[in-house]
Amino acid sequence: MTEQLQRILPTVQKPARYVGGEYGQVIKSKQEVDVRVAFCFPDTYEIGMSNIGMRILYGVMNDMPGVWCERVFTPWGDMEAQMRRHALPLYALESKDPVKEFDLIAFTVGYEMSYTNILNMLNLAGVPLRAKDRKGLKNLVFAGGACMYNPEPLADFLDFVSLGEGEEITKEILQLYRKAKLEDWEKEEFLRAVAQIPGVYVPSFYEPVYQEDGTLQAIVPNPSAPKTVLKRIVKDLDSAYYPTDTLVPSMEIVHDRTNVEVFRGCIRGCRFCQAGFCYRPVRAKSAQVLYHQAVASLESSGNDEITLSSLSTSDYKELDVFADKMLDYCIPRKIKLSLPSLRADNFSRELMLKLRKSGRSSLTFAPEAGTQRLRDAINKNVTEEEILTTCRIAFSGGWNAVKLYFMLGLPTETDEDVLGIAELVWKIIKEWKAYGSEKKRGLSINLSTAFFVPKPFTPFQWEAQITPEEYMRRVHLLQSAIKTKMVDYRYHGPELSRLEAVLARGDRRLGAVLEEAVKNGARLDSWEEYFRNDIWMEAFASCGLDPNFYACREFGKEEVFPWQTISIGLRREFFWHEREKAYQSLTTSDCRTQCAGCGANSLCPGGVCDA
Amino acid sequence: MHRLLFSKTADAIWTSHLDVMRIFQRAFLRAHIPIAHTQGYSPHPFVSVILPLSVGTASQCEILECTLEDKEISFQETQERLNQVLPEGIQVKEVYESSRKAKELTYLQARLELCYDSGIPSGASEMLNSLYSRETLEITKKSKKGETLLDIRPMIQSVQVQDHSPTQIWLDTVVCAQNPSCNPLFLVTAIQTYLSQLAPDFVRCSREEVFDKEGRVFR
Repeated sequence: MTEQLQRILPTVQKPARYVGGEYGQVIKSKQEVDVRVAFCFPDTYEIGMSNIGMRILYGVMNDMPGVWCERVFTPWGDMEAQMRRHALPLYALESKDPVKEFDLIAFTVGYEMSYTNILNMLNLAGVPLRAKDRKGLKNLVFAGGACMYNPEPLADFLDFVSLGEGEEITKEILQLYRKAKLEDWEKEEFLRAVAQIPGVYVPSFYEPVYQEDGTLQAIVPNPSAPKTVLKRIVKDLDSAYYPTDTLVPSMEIVHDRTNVEVFRGCIRGCRFCQAGFCYRPVRAKSAQVLYHQAVASLESSGNDEITLSSLSTSDYKELDVFADKMLDYCIPRKIKLSLPSLRADNFSRELMLKLRKSGRSSLTFAPEAGTQRLRDAINKNVTEEEILTTCRIAFSGGWNAVKLYFMLGLPTETDEDVLGIAELVWKIIKEWKAYGSEKKRGLSINLSTAFFVPKPFTPFQWEAQITPEEYMRRVHLLQSAIKTKMVDYRYHGPELSRLEAVLARGDRRLGAVLEEAVKNGARLDSWEEYFRNDIWMEAFASCGLDPNFYACREFGKEEVFPWQTISIGLRREFFWHEREKAYQSLTTSDCRTQCAGCGANSLCPGGVCDA
Repeated sequence: MHRLLFSKTADAIWTSHLDVMRIFQRAFLRAHIPIAHTQGYSPHPFVSVILPLSVGTASQCEILECTLEDKEISFQETQERLNQVLPEGIQVKEVYESSRKAKELTYLQARLELCYDSGIPSGASEMLNSLYSRETLEITKKSKKGETLLDIRPMIQSVQVQDHSPTQIWLDTVVCAQNPSCNPLFLVTAIQTYLSQLAPDFVRCSREEVFDKEGRVFR
């Protein structure tokens, strides 16, 4: 196999993606290992190695004696073609053993448009796609990650799903698997037992029943399966596993830096944001633990850049103290400290100026909507005044580049809201003209609009997505309202976002569409050079399904959702109430100011959130 | 200025020139060996590898330049500490001080392993010997600007052809390293151009040693 690989590698781009051997990779002796996991990331090496969840779970699994977890990524098209030509099966990077030889095949899934890669990787591995065609305990396929709160489109292909945070549940699953393997259980017996682990969802134990109009009538669990499966969380982040000795890629990856997680969850409650609700309740790491982890990770990796990640870093209570302490460490060592996800409020402005000392120079805002009315409707509690003041301070401090992110197609959006984006951009330009301290270099504004995608477990989970044609009309409306060359406007393609909406709220019938699309060459859909909408449309047609049924249809208030069996700990009534408030342009205050009663506190010890 | 002589073998041969420099920048930090930084707005540890190596080619004689800042750490210790934190296939063989200019590096010796899956064609060695004895050896060189004809003969110092095994011929060659430079793999392009019946199924290439103008080992 290695010889074959050596001959293929000179013919592909970036061969370093396919060989492993990096500093910090885990190699174990096969004699001392009884459970082998092929941990698959359904995108390229550079994307997967940038994923903090993958790094955490790689460490969690390899920390277990007798377990060897290895990495597998999606090969790029040129590599896939060569592998197929030479009948080289998909292999894991560490041992280079074929994935087919592994006990468990795990996927971490963070983006709907990577679903075809999952099927394609199983196919490249020579593993049967459908769970029912895989007999015995070998090659059990399971998945976790942000997309798996509605795993239904993948239900036919997955043996089971691990819901929520994986630090603890993954160990429980592997321990059970070891017992099953030792005692030579039937696959069915293992599935029944694994379904008893809190947070494990076994799709084959549930039978969807459809009505004539195509909506679900019910999802019927078999007698041994739980009626709902609640996601898992790690209760105390300070004591939770965190890898400070991590693998250092030998090639440049997307996020080529140390990444420490400040807290999980979000107090804000933006109504379109799935992560903001799914990662609740809010749990923070103490500044002390964080500092220790940051320094240890920097020293063990040799990285010269560190980023503090969370959904809204300026909401970290100890940020002031922690950032100062980090800057004291970073500046003399010439390490860059970056803080994405800051909000445009007073506190962030001070911090922004401090950060400049460690060499940061980009300024990014995500107002998401162009008018205050719509920002209130989506509960993005940032005001125009806050954005403009922050820009003013930044411009007078020498910044001259701003990135702005908006969405088009949000519920209740009108043409006035679309044009409001151009107006806000114009006001930002005026601030620069009045206060910019380095005018000679000019101002550059990168303006980007995404196409709103309704997601499960958000107040907008019932919403219809506007049609791709209507989205493009709004794009052109905005385009025509921007008249200056200082603005570089880019927008997401409508087809991809429509498919994302289909898969995000899709049901089990979409499995056939996925299989058909992959058969006809769909893969690497998140990459422009590979995405082919026509393949997808043909697949829908040949399976007799209408993508608009999933994307452009408003779901009924009481409709049975495909993800009905799954719970993230938040109440459906809370989401509905938030949706109603959206239509009245009423905001909900952040969790710290006032508890909105979402229900996530039930997941915390003593029922108290750490908002 | 300090130099590190290092080898690049096994799967590390797939790492690009730029990535090798990044690997060393991080390795110095992991090993707690301070090196000088570049000046300017965004200072970073300065390292430079002379004579960029093509992806896929192994080497026993790569040379990295940097400035070691801590005089307390001996060259021997620098080597040991780096080797503990480098990825598979990249190993420091020597750390030393040098004032020689990189441009004095003139020739390089390489080994090309020509693999013939169904056995070496008969008479191959003789034909190869006479190929490399020609007065001119023109190959088509592809670059971003398009295709150009290049006579590589003047840049080849020597070629030794040996039947290494029933399926492998090894070429040991010394070629010009820079100004002008001849990629050792051009010798294979020449086979494909003039003796296409002898085109190997696969070639492994390894850089073995570097020399100055007088033919002495360059360090």
